[in-house]
Amino acid sequence: MEERKKLLQIRDLKKHFAIKRGFRNKTFVKAVDGVSLDIYKGETLGLVGESGCGKTTLGRTAIRLYEPTGGQIIYDDKTIYDGEKKIKEPMLPYRRKMQIIFQDPSASLDPRMTVGEIVGEALDIHKLYQGKNERMGRIKSLLDAVGLNTEHSNRFPHEFSGGQQQRIGIARALAVEPEFIVCDEPISALDVSIQSQVVNMLEDLQAELGLTYLFIAHDISVVRHISNRIGVMYLGNLVELAKSTELYKNPIHPYTKTLMSAVPIPDPEKTRARERLILEGDIPSPMNPPKGCKFHTRCPYATARCKEEIPQFKEYGKEHFAACHMLETYGA
Amino acid sequence: MEQKGNLLEIKNLKVSFFTPAGEVKAVDDISYNMGYNEVMGIVGESGSGKSVEAYSVIGLLQNPGKVTGGSIIFEGEDILAYNEEEMRKFRGNKVSMIFQNPMTCLNPVYTIGNQLIEALTCHDKSISKEDARKRSIEMLEKVGINNAEKRMEQYPHEFSGGMRQRAMIAMALICKPKLLIADEPTTALDVTIQAQILEVMKDLQKQENTSIIFITHNLGVVAEMCDKVSVMYAGKIVEQGDVDDIFYKPAHPYTKGLLESMPRLDAVEHERLIPIEGTPIDLLNPPQGCNFGPRCKSCMKICLSKKPPVADLGKGHISACWLHFMKKEEEVK
Repeated sequence: MEERKKLLQIRDLKKHFAIKRGFRNKTFVKAVDGVSLDIYKGETLGLVGESGCGKTTLGRTAIRLYEPTGGQIIYDDKTIYDGEKKIKEPMLPYRRKMQIIFQDPSASLDPRMTVGEIVGEALDIHKLYQGKNERMGRIKSLLDAVGLNTEHSNRFPHEFSGGQQQRIGIARALAVEPEFIVCDEPISALDVSIQSQVVNMLEDLQAELGLTYLFIAHDISVVRHISNRIGVMYLGNLVELAKSTELYKNPIHPYTKTLMSAVPIPDPEKTRARERLILEGDIPSPMNPPKGCKFHTRCPYATARCKEEIPQFKEYGKEHFAACHMLETYGA
Repeated sequence: MEQKGNLLEIKNLKVSFFTPAGEVKAVDDISYNMGYNEVMGIVGESGSGKSVEAYSVIGLLQNPGKVTGGSIIFEGEDILAYNEEEMRKFRGNKVSMIFQNPMTCLNPVYTIGNQLIEALTCHDKSISKEDARKRSIEMLEKVGINNAEKRMEQYPHEFSGGMRQRAMIAMALICKPKLLIADEPTTALDVTIQAQILEVMKDLQKQENTSIIFITHNLGVVAEMCDKVSVMYAGKIVEQGDVDDIFYKPAHPYTKGLLESMPRLDAVEHERLIPIEGTPIDLLNPPQGCNFGPRCKSCMKICLSKKPPVADLGKGHISACWLHFMKKEEEVK
């Protein structure tokens, strides 16, 4: 296999949000609490997890839309953030390389700007054209690439359906010719029949432009479809990371196992045949996470050690990482 | 105890919304029967009329929505002929409903116990306070809420999303209705919580012999929960049948399209999705012919000019598409 190039490296990344409770009293929500990840050029890395597990925060912190609390971000071999050495690179040149597509298409488009202005604004900021004609031409070809018509450029976002609005969001992200795009639940606000259109388009664009995606979604079937590798998050930590086929066939972390078995499969016979692992209880509050392994409150295999000691994130198979004491003791 | 006959018969039901922009036929001429102890899934995209249809069964349609034709017969009685007072007795007692967002139905300023007891005493004036309390606690335990006695004294905001949905189910089933309408009960929940709630609903359905109309857009949930499925598109039922028929022998192009367009967790290899092209129709200006015609891969001339009739494919499997009639003609030739 050819040597794969690491495009984005995240080392022990942390993002804590302060919450004021009364006078001078601050508590922290550790939304992302020490995540390390490598994203290779040209791949799609999926992130799944329940709501509140920090997957969106991780996506936004990775491209410094949120200022990290600690850790390191290395993009294309250049450190753009280092919490210890206090390195903070100016971001504008990197914004051209890293873009994001948001979850709610209508909320992420300015209602007072036309589609042409929305897409063109990115070109203006990065001064990517000479003369008005070139600017117009670029906007046209971008709209074309996402399956919209040229005459749409004079309309406002509210005149479009949800699926079309998401296409506008994608055109805006593509305007600066990025290498890396964070797709933050890009299809969960869309209707089922529209979802597959957008998924296919994202795949086509990736093949055509050589893009790298960090694909965040709570719908595991979609993530499994689009991703090469999948990371599973629980309460601010990565609990398992593996190739997507491997993760489905052979999940090793108890949380991933229950998560996989909870996904409904549109096949009545398979559904009747399969045994379900039902997870007890709810996800604990991230403001007051459990000590030790954060999953121990819901884990069917939890031992005394799990309540005290935080498990290390280790490799258990080929490119198959997980954080669990059980695996350490008994193997995968 | 097996009861024969139909619990619910819907015949040619039509519901319209009279908006300033014109009449929107949200539900356009649908008919189906439901037996006792049956779980029927209604699948469709947003705006396909699946919720409106259910709201009209329980009499919760709001202005400007009106039933403009057809009948809804529940255990032999036409509920469209009921007056307000009869409707109130019918609602909750015989039919009840759970909604997508439990916070919209739970009152934030009353305790959960208070609301459960109220549901009971409203429908059964003779029940004593102690009995009502006992039954409420029992019901909470049945839906899997631990510490039910303590939970009775808590307010909805002290419950998590999954717990609220459980409390809603308890409230809906406390008067032992014959029919439960579940309007996207798990859409707002995480998959792990969704699995818990579905499990509770399955168990209770068996224990209490309740029929359920399960409205959802998630085909996976349908495969798991339902005996029968109706697929709705733009106000019409396009296909209906047993759950196995719908998943293994889909007849209508829309149903086929939905099944093909969904990414599957259990896929062996990466297969490209086959999307349904185009966007859902504007119900203000429905097309002259088949509603699905403009997006259909096998659209023919006749599809654009005439509404398709319903074809009976046997064993209660029906599909409204011109294709079935074309095939027959070819066979005759």
